[in-house]
This record gives sequence, C-alpha cells and structure tokens, in this order.
Amino acid sequence: MAINELSDAVLIRKYIQGEESALGILIVRHQSKIYGFIYSKIKDKDLCDDVFQDTFIKVIKTLKSNSYNEEGKFVPWVMRIAHNLVIDHFRKSKKMRFQRDTDEYSVFSLLSDSSLNAENQIILDQIELDLSIIIEELPQDQREVLVMRMHQDLSFKEIADLTGVSINTALGRMRYAIINLRKIIAKNNIVLTN
Amino acid sequence: MAKLYSQKKLASQKMLPKKETISFLLHYSKALSIIKAGKFSFEFIAN
Repeated sequence: MAINELSDAVLIRKYIQGEESALGILIVRHQSKIYGFIYSKIKDKDLCDDVFQDTFIKVIKTLKSNSYNEEGKFVPWVMRIAHNLVIDHFRKSKKMRFQRDTDEYSVFSLLSDSSLNAENQIILDQIELDLSIIIEELPQDQREVLVMRMHQDLSFKEIADLTGVSINTALGRMRYAIINLRKIIAKNNIVLTN
Repeated sequence: MAKLYSQKKLASQKMLPKKETISFLLHYSKALSIIKAGKFSFEFIAN
C-alpha cells in the first residue's frame, strides 16, 4: 500500500518510529480542515499561519516525546490543540472578536454568483448581511455548532468532540439554532429569498 | 433559507497555510530530537 493511503494511526506510528515523511502526509491530508478551523476564529492569514505552525510544533513535540495517547483520533486532538492556542491568542490580545466578517474575507461573500445582475447582487448582499446579523443573535453554543457545521464542514462527531458534548447535544443545538433563526426571521419580517 | 444554507460553496473554499509554514514544520521535525532522562526531557535542534 502506498504510504499516502495509510491511515492516520499507521502514519503516526511510522512517524514515531522515525519515518519523517509520514508527518508531511498527515499535514497535507488535514491542513485544510485545521487551517480552516483556525481561520474561522482568527480572521488574519498571518496570525493563522502562526497558530497553525504552533499547533504542529506541539504535535511534533508530543509525538517525538512518545506522549501521544492513541485512544483519541488524530484530527480532533490536533483541533483541540489549535482551539486552545486560539484561546491563548485572544487572551493575549485581550479582546475577543465576535465580528466574523472583515474586508479581507466574508464567509457569506462565497454565496455570490458572478452571473447575477446588479439588482440580484444587491438583494443577495442584503440577504448575506441579514443572515450574518441573525446568526450573531443566536446563543453562543448554538452559533458555535452552526458555524462549525456550515462553514467549517465538520461532522457532528467532530463538533461533539471539540465542544465537549455528546453528538445528540450537538444535533440538538443545531436544531435549536435553525428553529431560532426561523423565529428571528419571522419576528423581524425578514425576507431571505432572491 | 434552507436553500441558502445547503449551498456547499460555504465550505468549499479550501483554506491552506503557506508553503513556507509547512516547509518550516517539516524541517523543524527533522531537526528536533527529544531525549527523556528520568523526569526531565531534553530537546535538541540539529543545525
């Protein structure tokens, strides 16, 4: 079997045994998910690269010192390290940024379609703005699950691991997030159609 | 609204770290060795 087809657990074992190329495969395999997770919290590419780098430095040190516990899965473990480093970053900067859109990047701008005419584009922009405001109105736990599921494409198992709750709780939060979004939309007579 | 949510474009944009970052990590990994002696752990970075 080619080395890049091996499971994470096998690659980790090989890396611990001294096969350096296994680390490269693990990083390339999971870089998008982990970097996307960090970027969803810190909207700054340079800072994200720093956190990503620090995350894997911790991973490397843990693996090389034989302190890795194979009971857990690799990605949720790396995500937890990244999550803790993101929290450290915000603690250091003494401010928690709740504004998720910046000039550089807006998750909702990804909805735009180049074939839209100017009028539809304006309508779409308004919908995106409304939706981003509405999502900010949700309770923290529900917003967290919704953003992880919709923007970061994490599975409910991964969300449950990261937030320290059961899968059923994560599913319940997602359900309530959507119910609450509908309530807010109905209450404010917002029209989210194009 | 359900239609807006279901658009996979939301998660389809791949966010990737810089190549330099990955290159640094791979070089760092190659250079690093950790030796445990009792309750102490020593890190060595090879030049």
